[in-house]
Amino acid sequence: MVTFYDTEFSSRLLIGTALYPSPSIMQQAIRASGAQIVTVSVRREMAGGKTGDAFWSLIHEIGATVLPNTAGCKSVREAVTTAQLARELFGTPRIKLEVIADDETLQPDVVGLVEAAAILLKDGFEVFPYCTDDLGVAMKLVEAGCRVVMPWAAPIGSARGIINRNALKLLRQRLPDIALVVDAGLGAPSHAAEALELGYDAVLLNTAVAKAADPVAMANAFRLAVEAGRAGYESGLMDARDFASPSTPVVGTPFWHAVS
Amino acid sequence: MLVIVNGKQRETNAAHVEALLDELEYASKHLAVAINYDVVPRARWASAPLKDGDCVEILTPRQGG
Repeated sequence: MVTFYDTEFSSRLLIGTALYPSPSIMQQAIRASGAQIVTVSVRREMAGGKTGDAFWSLIHEIGATVLPNTAGCKSVREAVTTAQLARELFGTPRIKLEVIADDETLQPDVVGLVEAAAILLKDGFEVFPYCTDDLGVAMKLVEAGCRVVMPWAAPIGSARGIINRNALKLLRQRLPDIALVVDAGLGAPSHAAEALELGYDAVLLNTAVAKAADPVAMANAFRLAVEAGRAGYESGLMDARDFASPSTPVVGTPFWHAVS
Repeated sequence: MLVIVNGKQRETNAAHVEALLDELEYASKHLAVAINYDVVPRARWASAPLKDGDCVEILTPRQGG
């Protein structure tokens, strides 16, 4: 079980709802992933439009916990208002907080992020901040009251996997009591397994499943990888070594030292 | 008066949010509204006044990552 702000979830995979080939495939993929938390966004509705109602029904049918995001927000003010609008729309205190510094890399504005997180936490939100793998920033978020921190593996949608393993390891070691979620940049099930093996509580992904040739099968593959990674972590991984160490017994090797 | 709705300038006679939504024929049930970065809860749509130059955002649930 993983706990996010006093609520327990059995699945350690959080999944996005964007970029799927069709609404039906989105629903099937989410179900196949076993995810209990799905990310959504808020966007402008056109006059006369019913885009929101249609999407609302699709999500409602899945029955998962909704985690709205503040994707695309570039200032503290935009992010805070978007979070408040999301709370109004979805009736949830949960918010995946994004404050973006740079359009090309979607690099988080970590200064704005800490400021927005502090405001929203005081306003009663359960903040899930999307941040870099910088320990100092993560500690500031925790100081502000965040009990979940979500560092990236690599830039959003890049599919590069964990580009700074040491930084993520350090976060896990220094923040043992905080729920840590690797969010963004995962491309393959093995990347998700690696995050769980490092002791991360969960992973959040979207593009790797939605843009796979078969999103439903890929969602299942990620589900298995997350379970395997967690089971590996809980079993206590051995330390890496620089040299070989034979696994087959040496004593009794045929013809060994036959001339002595 | 002139207001900005979802980034576009519009002439309106609507006195409050609900009247604006009616005037623009918003059909969606799931909407959230902010005026000048302040959220206007649904319960206040019929009373929250609009004034010249207000910047209105009308938002709805959408796919996200």
